[in-house]
Amino acid sequence: MDKGRKGQNGWGWVLLIGSTLAIYWLQAPLAPRFADTLLPTATLALAVLGWLLTRPPDAAARQTTWPEDRLTLFVLFALVVGMAFNRYLDGAYRLTASRPPSPWLTAVALLLLGGFVLLIARLTDRADQRRVLTGSIVLVVGLFVVLKSAPLATAAAQFWRSLSGQNPSLAAPADLAWLGFSYVAFRLIHTLRDRQTGLLPHLSLREYVTYIIFAPAFIAGPIDRAERFVQDIRALPQLVVLDAARFGEAGLRIAAGLFKKLVIADSLAQGMSLTAVNATQVTSPLALWALLYGYALRLYFDFAGYTDIAIGVGLLLGIRLPENFNRPYLQTNITTFWQSWHMTLSSWARFYVFTPLSRTLLRRKPRPSPTLIVFIAQIATMTTIGLWHGLTWTFLIWGLWHGVGLFIHKQWSDRTRRWYRALEGKPGQKRAWALFGWFITFHFVVVGWVWFLLPDVDQAAATFAKLLGIGW
Amino acid sequence: MVNGQSSIVNWRVIGRVLGKTAVLFLLLNALFAWLYPLEALGKLSLYNRLLPGRLRLPYGENPAESYNLSLHNVPAMLASHAISQPKGADEFRVLLVGDSGTWGWFLDNADTLAGQLNGLGLAAADGRSVRVYNLGYPVMALSKDLLLLDAARQTDPDLILWPVTLESFPRDKQVFPPLVQNNPERLRRLIATYELDLDAADGRFVTPTFWQRSLVGQRRSLADWLRLQQFGFAWAATGIDQTIPAEFEPRRSDFEADVSWQTFTEPATLTTGDLAFDVLTAGFTLAGDVPVLLINEPMFISRGQNSDLRYNSFYPRWAYDQYRAMLAAAAAAHGWPYLDLWDAIPAAEFSDTPVHLTAVGSKLYADMVAEGIRPFLE
Repeated sequence: MDKGRKGQNGWGWVLLIGSTLAIYWLQAPLAPRFADTLLPTATLALAVLGWLLTRPPDAAARQTTWPEDRLTLFVLFALVVGMAFNRYLDGAYRLTASRPPSPWLTAVALLLLGGFVLLIARLTDRADQRRVLTGSIVLVVGLFVVLKSAPLATAAAQFWRSLSGQNPSLAAPADLAWLGFSYVAFRLIHTLRDRQTGLLPHLSLREYVTYIIFAPAFIAGPIDRAERFVQDIRALPQLVVLDAARFGEAGLRIAAGLFKKLVIADSLAQGMSLTAVNATQVTSPLALWALLYGYALRLYFDFAGYTDIAIGVGLLLGIRLPENFNRPYLQTNITTFWQSWHMTLSSWARFYVFTPLSRTLLRRKPRPSPTLIVFIAQIATMTTIGLWHGLTWTFLIWGLWHGVGLFIHKQWSDRTRRWYRALEGKPGQKRAWALFGWFITFHFVVVGWVWFLLPDVDQAAATFAKLLGIGW
Repeated sequence: MVNGQSSIVNWRVIGRVLGKTAVLFLLLNALFAWLYPLEALGKLSLYNRLLPGRLRLPYGENPAESYNLSLHNVPAMLASHAISQPKGADEFRVLLVGDSGTWGWFLDNADTLAGQLNGLGLAAADGRSVRVYNLGYPVMALSKDLLLLDAARQTDPDLILWPVTLESFPRDKQVFPPLVQNNPERLRRLIATYELDLDAADGRFVTPTFWQRSLVGQRRSLADWLRLQQFGFAWAATGIDQTIPAEFEPRRSDFEADVSWQTFTEPATLTTGDLAFDVLTAGFTLAGDVPVLLINEPMFISRGQNSDLRYNSFYPRWAYDQYRAMLAAAAAAHGWPYLDLWDAIPAAEFSDTPVHLTAVGSKLYADMVAEGIRPFLE
């Protein structure tokens, strides 16, 4: 065996174990008792349940991975119980944010949970798969709604606190700041939906759980597709661990990400970008615009920097995560902006909201007008993206802002296509038009961030008016 | 293979890149340690060019909220201040040094002593407008005042206002402020020039080793300088340079039957060995031809429990009375212009400490100081 490939069959296990440890380690401390240990455990439980629900119905196919799946279950069980042993470590050395419950209690609870999950799997095997998968998607969305809605999250936190003998009146939405859940939910929905449509390949439990919790992409994406991710996982046995080219590319990517995040974004965060606080303190429209530009740049460099780091770390581990940004602020229309900003989220929304909704509307009798179909689908897609960030009016308005923008651009480009093509022979005019398009697009996006950033509609509307010189 | 393309990157290339990076990094650090250009760097500032100058010296414990921070780079502090703007031909420039009361603790810039004086629209006899610059700094030590006066000497003042209080005088407090400790060369020069009764070899002075002077060793100083520039944008946009809480604990009115002060547990006779009058004298000498108005700043006078023993939480009566007499005597002996406003402000107009004023108190104070500086305007 080639030296560089020695022992590569274990690399997939390294990814699973490392990612499992990472989701406990990265989870911030939470006030409700054991929440910062139980929520990562719930992530794993959801991943196992997701795998059970998305297995192919063919028993023979299931059998092919069963020995490895059994071992994976044991490894996960051992890891979760092992995490509980952090209980006996000093706070400085713990992997968990706070003291976890006792290992024995954890083991018993896991066995009961495992039994419950298996029971569900048995019952759902006999049920109508389409309904089971739809019901599962609805449950994931329901859980998402509870966590993203301040009143519901507070009520859930109150319930948790009352169970653990804590003061329920101190409950707050931040009590259930479940690390990575937004992305986990999208991955779960993607696999459940792709099982419904038959697009999902058969994944082993190890592959599925690693896909759901892959550490570099766990907190803030990118949102990979399972069928793409698993190709890399399956290619791991051929991976040359110490591949200089891969390391070089990964190193450059991580360095670029660190520069974007720590130098540019964090500098802009030091009083050079708009915040909910300084939005009420600014003394002139010019200053407000300057801070808003700062915020727009900060948001991009922060997120793009994080993504670069995630992609770079992924490369080191042998997984090539998808790109998430492609010079979004240089785009000349809002459609290409959304094809280059948080690309994996927008393509997810296109795949699971826009396309199915458009098809459903096209099949309706009588069929609505194409314009109405596009309008409804774009508004629904962008409000989904908006509300994914949080169930608030301001995120809803932000989603609508972009939905309307995309719709208007679609109508405009449909009606001006011939004229635009005629610009091919007039490079000067085409450049001027591109510059104008960039200016309008950039400012449309930048002004839209007001709704994204500010926590309530009144403040956002007042800030919006101030940008236009009103209300000083 | 990367993306299906052959790559020129191999371990040798990576090793060379990392090796060159390490060498360059070491060289840059050594060069920085050798040049130690923090003072020169401090003079580089976005303030007064791209951004408006600050109206008081940078100081703050919560930069994210106050858009202000504490740093030790004196040139950077002054470069960020409006005092660094060129003096106008129609300007009568007044420097105001002092402690947190002068800086304006819990006061907006318009309500500080400097702000209130500027609001009075004073003018010199020759028609020049009086413009007062707040160089107060929230630390109580005459050495710090002297250090800032020395640094601001180049700004061509026409008058210096120097409010002082007993808490700035204890000799062993002169090397207590971090601003002083982190500017040892400046203070050592002042000690030597004015023969101050302070120990130039005091262990509290921060003297970095060669490698502590490197980029890595000075990363905090460099970050502070950079953050000062960055927070200038928020300062320019909001005019905020201090977080003023809606509520705070007011200064105490009732005290234990306690007559201690500093290292004294019992009443004693204070001498110039205890109080740093030499530093005060150095300030006047340093000012040269520029007149200095010495002000015994207002303080809260309690009428509460044990107020027969103490004026306030800072001062027992025995210590303050002696200090006041010594200050008046020193002013008379040296011919220093002197304004004693120790009891001039009503007790209700003090905020959280015996020397911090409310906006109303600050206005009353400014009116009295304005009367005091009229002779200098003629």
